Amino acid sequence: MSFAPLTFDVEPARGCIHCGVCLESCPTYLLTGLETESPRGRIHLMQQVAAGRVAPTDTLRTHLDRCLACRACEAVCPSGVGYGALIENARAAFEEAHVVPRSRLAGLLRRMLLALVADPARLEGAAGILALYERTGLRHLLRATGLRSRMPKALRRMEALYPPLTRPRYRAPARPAHATARVALLLGCVMRVAYGDVHTAAARVLSRLGVEVVDVPDQICCGALHAHAGERHDATRLAKRNIEAFERAKVDAIVVDAAGCGAHLKGYGHLLAGDPQWAARAETFTSKVRDVTEYLASREGNERLGKLALRVTYQSPCHLAHAQRITQEPRALLRRVEGLELIEMAEAEVCCGSAGSYNLQQPELADELRDRKVDAILATGAEAVVSANPGCMLQVRSGLEERGRDIPVLHLVEVLDRAMS
Amino acid sequence: MSTRTADRLVRDLESICGERNVFWREEDTLVFEYDAGFDRRPPLAVAVPKNTDEIARCVRAARDAGVAVVPRGAGTGLSGGTIACGDAVVISTARLRTIHEIDAVSRVAVVDPGVPNLEVSAAARPHGLFFAPDPASQRVSTIGGNIGTNAGGPHALRYGSMVDHVLAVEMVLPDGEVAVFGGVAPDLPGYDCVPLIVGSEGTLGIVTKAWLRLLPLPEDVRTFLAEFPDVRSGARAASAIIARGIVPAAMEMLDRTTIRAVNAAFDVHLSEDAGSMLLVEVEGLREETGSATSAIVALCEDEGARGVRVAETQAERELLWKARKLGYPALARIKPNSYIHDAVVPRSKLPDVLDSVNAIADRYGYTVANMFHIGDGNLHPLLLFDLREDTIEGVMEASAEILKVAIESGGALSGEHGIGLEKNHFMFWVYGPEDLEAMQRARSAFDPDGAMNPGKIFPGGDTCAAIPTERIKRGLAEGMWI
Ligand SMILES: Cc1cc2nc3c(=O)[nH]c(=O)nc-3n(C[C@H](O)[C@H](O)[C@H](O)COP(=O)(O)OP(=O)(O)OC[C@H]3O[C@@H](n4cnc5c(N)ncnc54)[C@H](O)[C@@H]3O)c2cc1C
Ligand code: SF4
Ligand code: SF4
Repeated sequence: MSFAPLTFDVEPARGCIHCGVCLESCPTYLLTGLETESPRGRIHLMQQVAAGRVAPTDTLRTHLDRCLACRACEAVCPSGVGYGALIENARAAFEEAHVVPRSRLAGLLRRMLLALVADPARLEGAAGILALYERTGLRHLLRATGLRSRMPKALRRMEALYPPLTRPRYRAPARPAHATARVALLLGCVMRVAYGDVHTAAARVLSRLGVEVVDVPDQICCGALHAHAGERHDATRLAKRNIEAFERAKVDAIVVDAAGCGAHLKGYGHLLAGDPQWAARAETFTSKVRDVTEYLASREGNERLGKLALRVTYQSPCHLAHAQRITQEPRALLRRVEGLELIEMAEAEVCCGSAGSYNLQQPELADELRDRKVDAILATGAEAVVSANPGCMLQVRSGLEERGRDIPVLHLVEVLDRAMS
Repeated sequence: MSTRTADRLVRDLESICGERNVFWREEDTLVFEYDAGFDRRPPLAVAVPKNTDEIARCVRAARDAGVAVVPRGAGTGLSGGTIACGDAVVISTARLRTIHEIDAVSRVAVVDPGVPNLEVSAAARPHGLFFAPDPASQRVSTIGGNIGTNAGGPHALRYGSMVDHVLAVEMVLPDGEVAVFGGVAPDLPGYDCVPLIVGSEGTLGIVTKAWLRLLPLPEDVRTFLAEFPDVRSGARAASAIIARGIVPAAMEMLDRTTIRAVNAAFDVHLSEDAGSMLLVEVEGLREETGSATSAIVALCEDEGARGVRVAETQAERELLWKARKLGYPALARIKPNSYIHDAVVPRSKLPDVLDSVNAIADRYGYTVANMFHIGDGNLHPLLLFDLREDTIEGVMEASAEILKVAIESGGALSGEHGIGLEKNHFMFWVYGPEDLEAMQRARSAFDPDGAMNPGKIFPGGDTCAAIPTERIKRGLAEGMWI
């Protein structure tokens, strides 16, 4: 057989001894039981394809595409295999080589999405139109008349999961009287137009605890979506812009309330490690990035964080739990709220199936994971679900809606904000 | 084999299991070419049936095509048991994952072969029961695989290995018939075939259901870690504990290299200037555990223990065990490749054997790490190396020397990982031709055509000669024995 080998760096996989310890943590292995859909299998395939032993076929690509990049495997791997870096390298190589064409519609949607999020002005425009769609009741009309069911499947999925656009925008809080620290908040792309009120809640909680939140006007989309999709060039460009913007702000910490973005910002150092002009700056930047739960939990004092009588369950976002290894902090913060009862769900650390645009590309697996998550949530009898990542919030929300369950899905900072006001 | 036969077999398998549960493309079978050991070879095809009936039909289809069958669980085996030698079909139990019943009164669990070991204990816990065999791979490795290898684990010291906990099995025989062996009632009439099947490494059939013994959870568990200046003093303490007639539930040794590796992998913060550590667990009634703990601590101190860290909470206990149980893969942080051994030696010879192992590793220039079940003399010396610089031939040669030392000390080839492809050619180091012949006849009673996992356990055959590591080992086994 002759084929052009795909070259990419498989060094992050060097320590993989095929022990299989990661198998039972992998959502796609849990669902299928198949080695072809397991971390160990994917690592092996990536190594063999990079070694030129096997062709980068459609089938092989599919096994890699089914990976959620949730990095649960990486978090449990005792050998320290860098799965996240490995799959990103592989995806970038596949992308550059254009080895396998995707369905035209999926490809088009994907390109549109990536271009959109990186451009604040266009994103605003699109958000405006979609908000209109929501506000005018057109969405309801489409659903009620059954027209929606005639839309192409990929569009329908997008429609069900598109972010809410009628939530209030971000409003910076007043500067605290005696600020003890100075931080910046990453506003992001979709978060900025869809979850501005979560930012507001985060900033208000910080400010109540004596932390000044400064404005960083030139910040932009973090580039995580681009990196995950293998668009490394765009990802690098966005990273550099953010580094410049946040350097000017001179803050103690860069606080992030979207776990996916936080994980990616913490990887800027790695992303730019090969660029002598940027490596050191990227390292400094990375060293300041904190997830909002991480930052709050690291602050001195263990005082109560307000009062809220609510029975909740915590959905642990992959990009927080696995990519950033933050699992205890959010729970500890919730326990500091008087009257709040935290009930753990089964498989709290298993991906909900959101994972960026995974919904669109692997609808079947995404739905199975979502349903599994909803089952686990409902089994707790919680009155609300708490998460720390907008992607997960959307996915869980849509899963609950599908079952006709009106259980609110809140960001952790929203809970704190309510409890403290 | 002709491609026509192969194609037909694949189509037959697809009609039994459904297309998406049969793999034959090169890029698919590639991920079934390994287990956690060193031998590699992709099978002809892989079928992932969903129940006993489908498994039986797959076995019959393979038989009709004249193709051998290899059972596969999670593929965490360390001795190549699930590697297809010739053109064989791998039958995976991954989709048989149901726990059918936890009978709290009879203390029996009825489970599918693909259920991961730990899930049995998790299901039994609400009934105040647990499943004792606890291979370090237990979160992943399956009951079928555990039966295949007669898996042990740290707690085998008190509770024994799989063979002591399997009451009955349902098995698809090499001709595709289904039979049940053993039973839940004590003292069954007729031959008890269960102990023969447990540890048969998939050479007698495919286990499709198992009846497992459950035990009541102990009233009290104490876990602690004693730090020693070197390996010898730790080993002396272990011997003194056993000599005193105390049987801890588990007693594990970790040496300095291992300590460094687990510190790098987990937040355990073990003291890095210790030369060795004993991780000890005692279980039982509260008054027993209390007195056993003080007796053990005193004996450790007599042998020079510098400090004892007691796990105060369940979380800390779990952390210490996680560090121990995942110590083997954690060692990849020190060198990317490792070869784990599994010899058993008489406890009295332990310190000398460890010295010889170190000497061998030194001579070949490998780092050696030790982390093992010291309570029952089951050594797991690991040779650490880097295949970018070292050759696999050298590693295997050093390994054969280690095996030889263990056997010369009166020990055994394998404590718990099985023989598989890894040590089959070394079998005649411990058994005479008559012994092997008798064993072969027992196997033939189940599998007269040798169609079930051929090439494993028995020495001398050529079925697996296409696997390079297998050829190296055979050369060593036959060349080194005098
Ligand atoms: C990190 C790590 C730690 C380990 N720790 C231990 C330990 O403490 N103790 C220990 O004993 N082992 C240990 N092992 C080895 C391994 O986990 C065990 O041998 C385990 O029993 C293999 O189970 P598996 O499901 O992965 O089986 P596989 O590797 O898939 O198969 C193992 C053997 O069983 C056969 N088999 C599988 N399923 C069936 C079936 N249904 N019917 C008949 N035969 C079958 C296969 O053909 C093969 O010969 C460890 C391995 C790793 C990687
Ligand atoms: S990635 Fe890590 S846990 Fe998974 S098989 Fe490789 S070494 Fe083992
Ligand atoms: S990143 Fe997630 S989905 Fe991908 S292999 Fe690892 S555990 Fe599985």
